[in-house]
Amino acid sequence: MVANIDRAQLLELIDEGAQVVDVLPDAEYTAQHIPGAVNLPLRQLNAETAAVLRRDKPVVVY
Amino acid sequence: MSPRAACRLEALGFEQVYDYTAGIADWKAAGLPVEGTESPGLRIADATRPDIPTAQPHETFGIARQRANEAGWDEALVVDCEGIVVGRLRGSAWEADDELTVDTVMELGPTTVRPDGSLHSLLGRMNERGTKLVVVSDPQGHLIGVVLTGDAQRLATGEPPERIWKDCNGCPGRWSPAEQDT
Repeated sequence: MVANIDRAQLLELIDEGAQVVDVLPDAEYTAQHIPGAVNLPLRQLNAETAAVLRRDKPVVVY
Repeated sequence: MSPRAACRLEALGFEQVYDYTAGIADWKAAGLPVEGTESPGLRIADATRPDIPTAQPHETFGIARQRANEAGWDEALVVDCEGIVVGRLRGSAWEADDELTVDTVMELGPTTVRPDGSLHSLLGRMNERGTKLVVVSDPQGHLIGVVLTGDAQRLATGEPPERIWKDCNGCPGRWSPAEQDT
């Protein structure tokens, strides 16, 4: 079950080593993104592209 | 877009998936840094200092004023128990009777700005209106700090601020529960 989180919870998760994923298109990610976020645009999000993410750590999308 | 991405990740077998639904707009509005090619220029956050004294609505005004004066200020902001800005103590209110409670003398609902706004634009408005201090809060109204004209002017002309603020743990003049109990 996906949990919706707010900014404070995101900051806590980042401290705990969460992986932050920007799912916006590449151009928007290139212009601005949360520090440390990786870009996996929704349209390209599949098993192959998601392989860059670790499964043993939390994943936060925005 | 992010809810669909979160669902897709779950379908791919990821077990710890969270959705930061407010997204980067909320992140930036809180004054947090971003990376990327789009340079934001000087932001309000760059000139924001968190050491403005605070008071609680229910406490005695005389105590709040003394605390602010001892911290070197002649005004204070009033925040509720969640840190949301609800009022301001300054000007004629600063001369009020010590025995009154803060909520009876404060100015209600001061104007606030967001930390991700343009500092140059804010400085222009401050100079135009003769404003010496502007309150900075996050989108939910939680106090972040204040911008003083002098600090903004220094930054805008390329000079460093007097002090780089990282946080306000232990800032003098801040209301704290321990103090309330004494």
